[in-house]
Amino acid sequence: MAKVKVKMCMGTTCFVMGASDLQELMDIIPSKYGDDVEIQGVPCLDLCSTSSEAKAPYVMVDLTVVSKATVESVLEEIERKLKNGQE
Amino acid sequence: MDKNNQAAHLKKEILIKTIKAFLSDDFGENTRLIPFEMRPKGYEVPYRCCIYKEREILRNRIIASLGFSMEGADERILLSNYAKWATEREKPDEHTLTVLESACKGCVPNRIFVTDLCQGCVARPCLENCKFGAISIVNGKSQIDSSKCKNCTKCIQVCPYHAIVKIVVPCENACPVDAISKDEQGHARIDFDKCIACGKCVSSCPFGAIHEKSQIIDILYKIKQGKKVVAMIAPSIAGQLPCSIYQLKTAFLKCGFYDVLEVAQGADITATNEAKEFHERMNEGQPFMTTSCCAGYNNLVDKHLNEIAPFRSDTKTPMYYSAEICREKYPDAVSVFVSPCMAKKTEAMNNPNVDYVMNYEEMGAMFVAHKIELSELEPSSFDSEASREGRNFGITGGVAKSVEIADNGNSEVKPHLVNGINKESIRALKGFAKKGQCEFGNLIEVMCCEGGCVGGNDCLNNVRTATKAINEFTKDSKPIV
Repeated sequence: MAKVKVKMCMGTTCFVMGASDLQELMDIIPSKYGDDVEIQGVPCLDLCSTSSEAKAPYVMVDLTVVSKATVESVLEEIERKLKNGQE
Repeated sequence: MDKNNQAAHLKKEILIKTIKAFLSDDFGENTRLIPFEMRPKGYEVPYRCCIYKEREILRNRIIASLGFSMEGADERILLSNYAKWATEREKPDEHTLTVLESACKGCVPNRIFVTDLCQGCVARPCLENCKFGAISIVNGKSQIDSSKCKNCTKCIQVCPYHAIVKIVVPCENACPVDAISKDEQGHARIDFDKCIACGKCVSSCPFGAIHEKSQIIDILYKIKQGKKVVAMIAPSIAGQLPCSIYQLKTAFLKCGFYDVLEVAQGADITATNEAKEFHERMNEGQPFMTTSCCAGYNNLVDKHLNEIAPFRSDTKTPMYYSAEICREKYPDAVSVFVSPCMAKKTEAMNNPNVDYVMNYEEMGAMFVAHKIELSELEPSSFDSEASREGRNFGITGGVAKSVEIADNGNSEVKPHLVNGINKESIRALKGFAKKGQCEFGNLIEVMCCEGGCVGGNDCLNNVRTATKAINEFTKDSKPIV
């Protein structure tokens, strides 16, 4: 099974709009999913300029964009990806 | 309430849009259009009854972001006029908060309430245990007579079905000094004679109805006019954004600031002076001393806790010493304190060396509006570097520790930490003052916010990660002695 890759935007806009609270994921994901999911903080994904700061913070789970991301919504998207991967 | 919520998100969005409008070529008109951009025709109505109410509340939020009060505001005035006035005033308003009546839910008053979960049981422990005879059985279910109920919550504790709840008004419940209450119409009103500007009501309101009046436009306008504007950054800033304080300095310079000073430098002076004062006071046989660097605590002492004033250190705050350094270095500059909390705005009001206060949310919004990518910036150096202890001032225990280290073994220091001002800690402080002693220690550090300044109402990062980041940064800083 391919690894699910999570990219958490650490750009200024996302951080100011709430990515600070997503940093928990850095601890939660490795302990919950081990090697199945990989998470990294990345520089600006440039989604705020094409969409809007109103929808920040943004997180990419593989190719899916999670906008107004929260710890819960990111975990939900990961679960969905893992489930699809098994089928 | 957790900082991660949609009301807080919305307020930051408003700040970003207001600053973007200021930076545009038509501040007035672009400000007027913000509510329409955020809620265009046909847009979903996420929170309120209709799109018109949504826009009106957004308009009110913008007025607060421009630094005006909503109390007594005239709804016929265009946002573009407010924008114009924001650039014309000489000094920011005296009071730091404003309640948006349009956004205020007018919550039902605090009371104990029996829900539909009441099973009308035979045991009736609620009825048996109520000391005030407030509970009766009506149609087989419990009912509370609010004129007799004393809110003791005994019935809540004894109900086997958890059918009885305490309904709270979040702002009233959060205020440690009863400065916010309902007016005749049921909307929140702030009594500024009592308010200590702790910001707890702002963070607690689920409708985001209480706003801090921003001074950001005043500051940006001074920069636009070509004035020398100097930022004094509080120690807690080190854990707020995904960059170092050296990159932060670059970011401020890019926004047009003339220079950036570390307030941790002022904290070093506070620690040194406070250590001397502590030693003297203990030698004179005083039982204990409290710190004096927290603006929220100082407001509390001045307005509600006069009895503890003799025990409070006379040493000035880090902001005071930093502002002095700033004035000396740049006599003609406009000085801006960059703050984790709102209380510092009240302190700045009484300090002629501090012209404006910008909080961390406003700072973040400014960087976003200026499209500054913090992590990509080159670092800028400071003329002088503050100590590890000074840089740790913003974390609970950091001030007491710095005094202890600056004292360098001269006195026997036993720190006691008051980590957050609330009704219980106020009672405890009153007790220390009344008894003239504190059984837990002789150096009482009082922080208004839980976790210290990193828990301030205007912080961007959460307490845990911010504390971690500061510890990581300061471990290599030079010691104070």
